[in-house]
Amino acid sequence: MTLTSESFSFVADLVRRRSAISLAPGKEYLVESRLLPLARRTGKSVDQYIADLRRRTDIDEQELVVEAMTTNETSWFRDMQPFTALTNHIVPSLLEGRVLPTLRIWSAACSTGQEPYSIALTLDECLPPSVRAEITATDLSSEVLEKARSGCYTQLEVNRGLPAKHLVQHFTRAGAQWEISKELRSRVRFVKHNLLDAPPTGGPFDIVFLRNVLIYFELPVKQDILRRLRSVVRPGGYLVLGAAETTVGVDDTWQRIQVDRSSIYRLGTGRDS
Amino acid sequence: MKALVIDDSRTMRRIVSSVLRGLGYEVIEAGDGQEALDALQASDGVVLCCIDWNMPVMDGLTFVTKVRERAEWRDITLMMVTTEGEHGQIVRALAAGAHEYLIKPFTPDALRDKLELLGLLPVQEVR
Repeated sequence: MTLTSESFSFVADLVRRRSAISLAPGKEYLVESRLLPLARRTGKSVDQYIADLRRRTDIDEQELVVEAMTTNETSWFRDMQPFTALTNHIVPSLLEGRVLPTLRIWSAACSTGQEPYSIALTLDECLPPSVRAEITATDLSSEVLEKARSGCYTQLEVNRGLPAKHLVQHFTRAGAQWEISKELRSRVRFVKHNLLDAPPTGGPFDIVFLRNVLIYFELPVKQDILRRLRSVVRPGGYLVLGAAETTVGVDDTWQRIQVDRSSIYRLGTGRDS
Repeated sequence: MKALVIDDSRTMRRIVSSVLRGLGYEVIEAGDGQEALDALQASDGVVLCCIDWNMPVMDGLTFVTKVRERAEWRDITLMMVTTEGEHGQIVRALAAGAHEYLIKPFTPDALRDKLELLGLLPVQEVR
């Protein structure tokens, strides 16, 4: 069972209009695997399911398709390096010679919440008690945000990169699931947000995590997103991207800083740039 | 880098060993805690042990305790890899000296994530 080119184009076009994410030809397998659970609900093949969707305008169902196509795999402390950089470089540099009562962090495209909760756990260990962290976490998908807010994760999900010491300290077993403590949950504010819209409230931000998102966009959209970001990042604030992403050649107002084996980006302070 | 995989199930040893070899490890195996202690005595350079909990002769928790009693094995990283997934059991294993805890069943990526966390991914594997 393969996807017709009409079906693929329809989904690619829908996803592009709603999220600006481009699905290049050759990604048919991705459409099939992501939409299979939706198609199964209706007892149809993926191709039949898309054909039905083309015949009638069902905004809710279209939204589910966009969500299924834009939801990404995530794990705790994913890639580790950004969290080490947060502890060893970003936080010390932001606090150096400055009284900063609140550190504001935006975890953009946070998926099911592992990233913002990992940020909260990292800050727990590296922020002085006098500094409060406010974490705003956003995603395009209501479904993943609902899961993130619930703070409930399966065994397979907590196995993915969550240190055992954090598991026993911040989670309790709830049947087959693990539930995050109310205290940790209360430290992250989850908001539905499209990166192409005006930035979310909760800023200006000192640190933005925007990882493994830009890779899905074409250059003008990348530039647009980075330009919007600049308007809500404090001068001297940091941007953390995915390992395969960079601002270099996209938006050169960000200064690349090499930390160990990874790169982070800093917005000019107006003094030194 | 050398790892010791300790599990009384040959199938499970094969699964864990093959993921570790794929990441660049040299792997030796043991079927219970006592065999594993003997293997550590006989073999230099083990940096990581992946340890099942329930095994005949000597269980994984006892093995962890015995390794922690020996100063010359202080630098070996101990990770439980077990179906035992109760909160209290994880606490007990960490208190006994285990560094990490992976609950079965797990995906190869989950094992890889834990090694990354522990700083034990062979260098060529770090993205």
